[in-house]
Amino acid sequence: MSGRYTALLIALLLLITLPYWMTGVYYVNVASQILFYAIFALGLNVLAGYGGLVSLGHAGLFGVTAYATGYMLQLGFSHTTAIIFALVTGVAAMAVYAALSLRSTGIGFIMITLALGEILWGLAYRWISLTGGDNGLSLKTRPEPLGFSLANADTFYYATLIVFLLSLAAMMVFVRSPLGAALMGTRDEPRRMNALGYHVWAIRFYACLFSGLLTAISAILFVYYTQFISPQTLALTASAEVLLMVISGGAGTLLGPIVGAALVVVVKTVVSGFIERWNFLLGAIFVAIVILMPEGLVPGSVRLWRLARRQRERRAARMPAKVEAKP
Amino acid sequence: MTFWLVLTVNSVTFGGLLFLLSAGFSLIFGLMRIPNLTHGSLFMLGAYIGATFAIGVLGVKFNFWIAALLATVTVAMLGALAERLLLRRLPGDQMAQVLVTLGLSFMAADFCLMVWGGDPLSVATPAELAGFARLGVLVFPNYRLAIIIIAVLVAIGLWLLLERTRLGAMIRAGVDDPDMARVVGIRVSQLFTIVFALGAGLAAFAGIIGGPILSVYPGLDQDMLPLALVVVILGGTGSLLGSFVGSIVVGFIYNFGQALLPELAYFVLFFPMLLVLLLRPQGLFGRQLP
Repeated sequence: MSGRYTALLIALLLLITLPYWMTGVYYVNVASQILFYAIFALGLNVLAGYGGLVSLGHAGLFGVTAYATGYMLQLGFSHTTAIIFALVTGVAAMAVYAALSLRSTGIGFIMITLALGEILWGLAYRWISLTGGDNGLSLKTRPEPLGFSLANADTFYYATLIVFLLSLAAMMVFVRSPLGAALMGTRDEPRRMNALGYHVWAIRFYACLFSGLLTAISAILFVYYTQFISPQTLALTASAEVLLMVISGGAGTLLGPIVGAALVVVVKTVVSGFIERWNFLLGAIFVAIVILMPEGLVPGSVRLWRLARRQRERRAARMPAKVEAKP
Repeated sequence: MTFWLVLTVNSVTFGGLLFLLSAGFSLIFGLMRIPNLTHGSLFMLGAYIGATFAIGVLGVKFNFWIAALLATVTVAMLGALAERLLLRRLPGDQMAQVLVTLGLSFMAADFCLMVWGGDPLSVATPAELAGFARLGVLVFPNYRLAIIIIAVLVAIGLWLLLERTRLGAMIRAGVDDPDMARVVGIRVSQLFTIVFALGAGLAAFAGIIGGPILSVYPGLDQDMLPLALVVVILGGTGSLLGSFVGSIVVGFIYNFGQALLPELAYFVLFFPMLLVLLLRPQGLFGRQLP
């Protein structure tokens, strides 16, 4: 156990000091992207990992929140108002999603969320008078919480890191809470949970709201990071990418989505600078992960590591036995 | 008047293409319970490969229909390969299936971009169908009529295959109850490969014969996949009649929506699907999945 805490502490220290040892603004920005996409992936993981409800429409929620922020700012509201309005919009949109899609599970849930995501994408793409269509919406400024300007890469990174750590903490609390346990119960044995007197639908609904909140938070960070939002953000590919982050890292684990987010963002931004065919590479990585490590990178690595350790212990246990047998 | 007529002919033509695309999707979904998100890529691959053969490979220029056939067979084999090597390993695991099919579609899209570049490829209409048919004062482009006829013929062919042959009976048994089908000695696993190859081939065929109308461009896969989804969800999975009716309905909604309500075109397209999902989750002609 103490080993795990040491590792977490080292990771935390590395994250806090990142702008000092990471060379170049570019890489600090990549780190910011990883962090807010990790929040997005954590949000989807609530449903896909802990709830067994695979959503292919989360980019729609993400986009709605981002557009809400941009639109409010364009209307001349302050950053605080815009952010609060966007959070409410994101969670409300998730509530509508949930009300419609929680009628079914499994493949039905995938299809309904996909349809909802496509509707939102279609609106963003075509309702030009509201969204600007393919030209998108631009944001002029980043907010200045308590007088700290987030305009440069380092300060934005720290703001993102704080939000990320808070989200991760919220996620840890959620997973250990009775609601989290009940959600995993509805994933594994919905009928038994129902028979035990749990309101399965309501548990899933609350989980959806939590997922929507995390998604909205990440979307606000995203829109302030890029200072631009276009329909591409809502496309099916975007929904797919975040789902890939969750599944490739390891659905239903705390660390998995973060590792997945890092993998996808690094391939999309850093590797794409060196390899022209990064989309091909990304696709190949996902196919390989499913075939070779179906449970995801984090649980898969843990399994391999435990396997290796057990073999080492077994070998160690066998060795002295031989020595004793000799004389 | 002409406006409405053109729109109607275009709608039915597009419906025909959608039927070719979604019949296979529906069978794969119904029989194998696989949400095959590569279906748009298969359509695009078929279009690109067919267009390449039609334009000419190594100086040999193929007749349009032979090119279409070659593309169909190539993509059908690719589909069978993907099923045998990858999807076969993931029975019942929808999350993994979604991941693998999406990964494959990323790879296919990038592959097409690498081989054929970013510029759209236009496919020439076959010379024998380049003209127009006149019916009184009305004028119809021959090629669009041909697509409608091909779609109807394929629909009849598929119907005969499913309803009148031994293979069809086995496929239907597999759709209805795969476990029981296995018990009575049907090789459901082999059926899976056949159905997947058939679906992939049909999608590719739709891609190449749609080429002269839609042209071939990067992103075609992302345009077609949602449409196939809408068709299958409207019509009901595993139902041929459902795919047919769904395709025609979506063909009309899509074309009329684009023409009349351009700002809300996609909303008009996906809203009926949402209604069907909510009110009749098995689709208009589908049976309740077990």
